[in-house]
Amino acid sequence: MTVQPRAAAKEWVENRAPSGRLPGLGLRELWSFRELALVLALRDLRVRYKQTLLGVAWVVVQPLAAALIFTIVFGRLAGLPSEGLPYAVFVYSGLVLWAYFSGALDSVAHGLVQNRDLVTKTYFPALVVPLALALPGLADLLVSLVVVAIFMAAYGVVPSAALVLLPFWIFACVLVVVAAGLWLSALNVQYRDVRYTMTFLLQVWLFASPVVYASSLVEGAWRYVYALNPMVGVLDGFRWSLVGGPAPGPEALVSFAVVAVLLAGGLVYFLRAERRFADLI
Amino acid sequence: MTLAIQAEGLSKRYRLGEGGYATLRERLDLRSRGRAADASRGREVWALKDVDLEIAEGDVVGIVGRNGAGKTTLLKAVARIVRPTTGVVRIRGRVGALLEVGTGFHPELTGRENVFLNGVILGMTRREIARRFSDIVEFAGVERFLDTPLKRFSSGMYLRLAFAVAAHIDPDVLIVDEVLAVGDAEFQQRCLGRMSELGQEGRTVLFVSHDTGAVGRLCRRAVWLDEGRVRDVGAAHDVIEAYLGTVVSRGGRSVISVSDTKHVSGLSVALLDEHGRPTDTVRRDEPLRFEARFTLTEALPRFDLALYLLSESRVQVLSENVSDQQIHIDGPGAFTVRLTIPELLSPGEYFAGIWLATDWESLVWQEVLQFTVSPRPDDPTEATRRNRVVQPRVTWEVERRSATSELHSR
Repeated sequence: MTVQPRAAAKEWVENRAPSGRLPGLGLRELWSFRELALVLALRDLRVRYKQTLLGVAWVVVQPLAAALIFTIVFGRLAGLPSEGLPYAVFVYSGLVLWAYFSGALDSVAHGLVQNRDLVTKTYFPALVVPLALALPGLADLLVSLVVVAIFMAAYGVVPSAALVLLPFWIFACVLVVVAAGLWLSALNVQYRDVRYTMTFLLQVWLFASPVVYASSLVEGAWRYVYALNPMVGVLDGFRWSLVGGPAPGPEALVSFAVVAVLLAGGLVYFLRAERRFADLI
Repeated sequence: MTLAIQAEGLSKRYRLGEGGYATLRERLDLRSRGRAADASRGREVWALKDVDLEIAEGDVVGIVGRNGAGKTTLLKAVARIVRPTTGVVRIRGRVGALLEVGTGFHPELTGRENVFLNGVILGMTRREIARRFSDIVEFAGVERFLDTPLKRFSSGMYLRLAFAVAAHIDPDVLIVDEVLAVGDAEFQQRCLGRMSELGQEGRTVLFVSHDTGAVGRLCRRAVWLDEGRVRDVGAAHDVIEAYLGTVVSRGGRSVISVSDTKHVSGLSVALLDEHGRPTDTVRRDEPLRFEARFTLTEALPRFDLALYLLSESRVQVLSENVSDQQIHIDGPGAFTVRLTIPELLSPGEYFAGIWLATDWESLVWQEVLQFTVSPRPDDPTEATRRNRVVQPRVTWEVERRSATSELHSR
């Protein structure tokens, strides 16, 4: 048997009854579990399209089919505004980000419960799970963006210099997934009701976000209330960067503030709940 | 003496009906995903109570105790999987916890992908796994199936692969719970061998098993947990003897305390003579007649019961499940179960144990009776004691195919 070279000094680690104080983030420890996050993300990615006929093509087919339906129903029949863009380009560019958002949030919300054996049989900072599961969907998003480019070429839509900001909006979307996911995944450990709420929640959230209609539908001071939904700022910014249309206004700051609050609160709630994950799950 | 593990006033309280349960242990069925629904909401159980423990670096320590004594909870606290309710446990160095084989295995992924997944989950880095990959594959003996999805593996191959990964983790402190209770005997031996290797290299090993024989062979020291408290710590042999002295009865009938076991009450096990009276001695040409009585307080999915026999040196001789004969016990109700084993054992001392389980958790699992198999009065083999456990009725035939004189003449 080979013995690996060992660290010279072994460190004491402690498992102590929780105190009333706010738990630390444990960033250093989190970093030491990055490989676990990686293999969990890879597992999710690899498993997703195993034993399917179309495989990765599903990434494209799903939002494409939705875009087709929405174009007919909302673009043609209802005549919803689309910021001067061809409605198909408008709705598809929103749908690809929404597809990532809803898929990733669903996966994060169920992450801990689905990895029950990991939580009850091994030690790791539980934050690893929501962080890892927020990532694999980005691969799908990347594939979808190629199709968006084809759409744009077909309709003659030329991207502006704002395209360089696209990664920022995608990152903002990941933050919304993580922020909401922290709450949902921790709640799900104790209350399995989350599972039944997810479909409903995502449906309501879809129509509360500027995916199938333009946010210019909401006017005046109501725009600030509307932007309390963080996906409003994120979707507007993403679409502006990708296919053009009006740049996000000052109400986007409201969206950012909500993300920040949701994220901070989510972290505190998650880290406090984490102490009892293995007992309750 | 350098310490590796130190617990001070370590206590863990569970509220029943909250999901987690003091005696909840997933049944060793790897695919089980059940959750316990509990009627007794609100009751509190101290799975560990004021445990003070010091374990020196390089010690191989066994933990024994009845069902629900807190053994698994202690391991989980040391492994930092559960937080204590009060008190503290400190651990020095890298911890490897084997509380289950194949944690994180995914049926859709290939053998190769699962090795990396499981290895990282057990605390190895991918580089370490890559370096040991060929060892792991060789240990498992599944070379040809490396790129096959795990769901096409037989359960034997699945276990071998899982064990192989587990056997190659290299922690300072190794924590092992009952995983040796599954898999074939050869693999159990290899795993025990690997644990003893780690012990000889100066690693600290903490080991829970119902197999008191394995604990005795492997461990220098043992801890006896009783209702969440440390009842005894010391040389493994002494602790095991003291423990067995309290759980095993010589009277021929043993009433087993199941006060903190869900769903079961009034459990007793007896060895009966031909007139149905409890006995502690059976002649070797007589069948062994066991009788277990118990009450199930509610309907339990796929309830199962097994009786098992151990030799004096605690080698498992046999284990028979009711479900092996397609008999189903449906609670609630009071039951009497009889098992007759035809003449089989050679003269000596034996232990009988009982195991009760539902689909996803074992409810009771412990040795309960000690009994003697006596020789036949006219037994010619008794003069030459042999190293054996079973002595079934066998038939020898000797046939002389030719006479010696013919051999010489050829």
